[in-house]
Amino acid sequence: MFELNSVQKQKSTYKATQNACKLCSPLGASVAYKGFEGCVPLIHGSQGCATYIRRYLISHYKEPIDIASSNFTQDSTIFGGDENFKAAVLNIINSYKPQIVGIASTCLSETIGDDVNLFLHHFLEEYKDISTEFVIASTPSYQGSHIDGFHEAVSAVVKKFALSGPSQDHINLFTNFISTEDIRLIKEITADFGLDSILLPDYSESLDNPVWDTYHRIPEGGTSIANVERSGSAKASIEFGTILNQGNLTGRVKNKKLSRTGGKYLQNEMDVPSIEMPIPIGITQTDRFFETLKELSGNEIPEKYTKQRGRLIDSYVDAHKYTFGKRAVVYGEEDFVVAMAAFLDEIGIELALVASGGESGMLEEEVKKYCPENKDKVVVKEGFDFESIKEWSQENKPDILIGHSKGYYIARELGIPIIRVGFPVHDRIGGQRIKHLGYTGTQELFDKVVNALIEYKQTTSPVGYKYM
Amino acid sequence: MPKRDYTNGLPDPAELKEELLKKYPRKVAKKRAKSMVTNNPAESKEILANVRTVPGIITQRGCTYAGCKGVVLGPTRDIINLVHGPIGCSFYAWLTRRNQTRAMEGDPNFITYAFSTDMQDENIVFGGEKKLKEAIREAFENFHPTSIGIFSTCPVGLIGDDVHSVARDMKAELGINIFGFSCEGYRGVSQSAGHHIANNGIFKHVVGNEDRERTGKYQVNLLGEYNIGGDAFEIEALFEEIGVTLISTYSGNSTVESFAYSHTADLNMVMCHRSINYIAEMMEEKYGIPWFKVNFIGAESTAKSLRKMAEYFGDSEMIAKVEEVIAREMLKVKAVAEAVKPKVEGKLAMMFVGGSRAHHYQDLFRELGVKTVSAGYEFAHRDDYEGREVIPSIKIDADTRNIEDLVVTKDDTRYREDLAEKKAKLEESGYEFKDYKGMMPDMQKNALVIDDVNHWETEKLIEFYKPDIFCAGIKEKYVVQKYGVPLKQLHSYDYGGPYAAFGGAINFYKEMERMLATDVWKLVDAPWKHEPEIVGCVTVDA
Repeated sequence: MFELNSVQKQKSTYKATQNACKLCSPLGASVAYKGFEGCVPLIHGSQGCATYIRRYLISHYKEPIDIASSNFTQDSTIFGGDENFKAAVLNIINSYKPQIVGIASTCLSETIGDDVNLFLHHFLEEYKDISTEFVIASTPSYQGSHIDGFHEAVSAVVKKFALSGPSQDHINLFTNFISTEDIRLIKEITADFGLDSILLPDYSESLDNPVWDTYHRIPEGGTSIANVERSGSAKASIEFGTILNQGNLTGRVKNKKLSRTGGKYLQNEMDVPSIEMPIPIGITQTDRFFETLKELSGNEIPEKYTKQRGRLIDSYVDAHKYTFGKRAVVYGEEDFVVAMAAFLDEIGIELALVASGGESGMLEEEVKKYCPENKDKVVVKEGFDFESIKEWSQENKPDILIGHSKGYYIARELGIPIIRVGFPVHDRIGGQRIKHLGYTGTQELFDKVVNALIEYKQTTSPVGYKYM
Repeated sequence: MPKRDYTNGLPDPAELKEELLKKYPRKVAKKRAKSMVTNNPAESKEILANVRTVPGIITQRGCTYAGCKGVVLGPTRDIINLVHGPIGCSFYAWLTRRNQTRAMEGDPNFITYAFSTDMQDENIVFGGEKKLKEAIREAFENFHPTSIGIFSTCPVGLIGDDVHSVARDMKAELGINIFGFSCEGYRGVSQSAGHHIANNGIFKHVVGNEDRERTGKYQVNLLGEYNIGGDAFEIEALFEEIGVTLISTYSGNSTVESFAYSHTADLNMVMCHRSINYIAEMMEEKYGIPWFKVNFIGAESTAKSLRKMAEYFGDSEMIAKVEEVIAREMLKVKAVAEAVKPKVEGKLAMMFVGGSRAHHYQDLFRELGVKTVSAGYEFAHRDDYEGREVIPSIKIDADTRNIEDLVVTKDDTRYREDLAEKKAKLEESGYEFKDYKGMMPDMQKNALVIDDVNHWETEKLIEFYKPDIFCAGIKEKYVVQKYGVPLKQLHSYDYGGPYAAFGGAINFYKEMERMLATDVWKLVDAPWKHEPEIVGCVTVDA
């Protein structure tokens, strides 16, 4: 049965959203689809959706990103998108020969009530010999944000392909919406533990390609269908994120059973135990990740990592005087800000404001859970937009902003430093390659934060110290 | 494969065209074939343009909303552009086009904001008009704007929210100018439909609202210049020096306030014909203001456009001033061109962008001796390719009929008979108005003209021509650069610019020197791929 969830609104009193701190659902689904081998995303709606989403993703990833559209026009809007859907699928198959077409619906197709499952059924009846696989995610922009689209697509892929079987030695990693460099790091870590791991999804190659000598219509990389099939017989799944798509969404009329995460689906349907943990940023959460890998693999933590950890702690000690008591504003996707806040909590930074455009109803609880030092004074805001963040910051005078490029104008206005993390980072080179996770990712973040604070002090000091 | 020989003109692209079409299903191939024309400036050829994109083919086109909110109204700073819909559409059009604006101290500038009603499930199910009204009241209370525009996204039209009646109600309630646009993404074949809808809306709700006293002897409007990277600032400076008062620009560095009295101009000059010719036409019908096409991209074109303007006013002092400015600026331009040209001459360029840029930028390349081998627009119509004389023969399809064609009648009190007479007199002596001859007559024989080029075709074009530079946008940028061909973005200028007028031409020449004369692309192929393997030998003692 459908239920209407109404969320306690913590957002500002504004009716309109001014400079949103979230993107739309099909964008997240497109990123997730790119993490499966041979997959071409198809956005079922008007062509603007695909064009805008490509435009945005490309400015962050700086890679070719092909996303097809079923190019709705006025008559398909009235008579339904069946014909356009069919034409789009045929043309994609002709020119891309994809293994998977990953379909994401839009506000348009969902509002007119297009039943993509039925369209697909008709299509496959007509074209029986087509070997391409199809995955469908329901991602209207008026339900949740891009992160919901991301999880929706990942779980749609898992539901489609996972095969149940006797438990084997490999593990599944649902790594959430992290950077390509982060994915590569996680792969390296699990390999060092001798673990056979399946990443859901893995866009570390497909969205961050080397230069090519011959052009690839579909970039290489991504988790193969065969591996998604094996995810059903894994020893365990690790899911990064404690909110995922499990929260409420403002006014969302949804069947909660339909929108489980991939990990929860495998746990309920195929008995693959799911281990949920925050995205491993900071020592505490990374320790937790390594402990889990140690347990799952039966192997000791490789010395390489204990040394990385040691160096990180060493630097925490060295630089503590620069970070202690500084007040930060953190914003972005909910699970991402929880992880980032947990790291900042650890280095003595005061969390002035933790904000997200998401509205799970869970953010405050989660932030407080993982930020013991700050839990009594942190201000947490869901459904917040950048204008509200700006107003709040003007009043409360934070020392540093931590989040993606869209907050830059606030930092500029306040004259304080900003550390660019997460998505989208389109005013710097290498936004897609920022490392956040593990001991080394934390180390890089830590150095950036400390140096930004020092630089600020240096620039604003009348003396201009050149020795610290 | 080595580069083709271009010494005796461009190669016949027949073989390429065949290859491009081979891949498509029969029906699609038939349609695409009509959108690919081997150019011959000596004879007019028909091109199929402004027709629906084939689904599943990855197009670079945007939607109606993008054309209306993103392109035309986006750069105007004193209006609150409120997007009615779920969040994505508003977010994606948030300053992404790099329009610049220059507000006076204390004047409002809202272009850095992205306002959205952020519709949720409940608004889709129960209707969003209430939320829209609340958002309008809130915007009014917080910012006290003089006008608010409401932009409809796809779901709005479907659930039956009537933005126009909300606009009327709120206009009555708040006493400021509020108007809506039915620019749902699915309405037309591309952003072009959105341009038309925006033109209609501004004309209906804003133009003529204020009869301001004259502020200059010669008053003009510049239409279809969007001030990407500061282009408009270059042009504005020229006008000022020459003694022409720029009343309003549609819509780079613009205000709604200036649109309201833009009908007091003596002349409309059109840059981007595709996006703005509707307003030029309607202003002429209603107020008698003549228009002609100009181009300020390229030093020669700038000079030509300035001369034409001076000739229109027929003021000998202005004509002399124009010549003085041209002579002075050309000296600087030529100095840079002479330094750059030897390094880039004979290189090959391709450009697929916009509704006018693919044409205008050919002028800049020509000044450097760079050949344009293939070009096309993303969302233009036949007249932008073949010239305005084909307009009567353009077939009106359902998608075009979908957009309101405003019926404009002569404004008896404000119609400028004097300008109409001036126009008639000038025309007698061969001076041309409403004159756009399109891109194709300016291109070389055998150049391949392609409308709405897609990914697959782009790849094949690069393989065939091996261009030295490709001009398009961010969506194509990394595809092309993976081939080892540099791409210049002509939408956002790759965070550079301005490229308009004389100063802009100099910037562009230097940019081409940087892009075309660099060695970095030679590194794309790793050296060890071309060197023989290391061969060792072993002596075996028998």
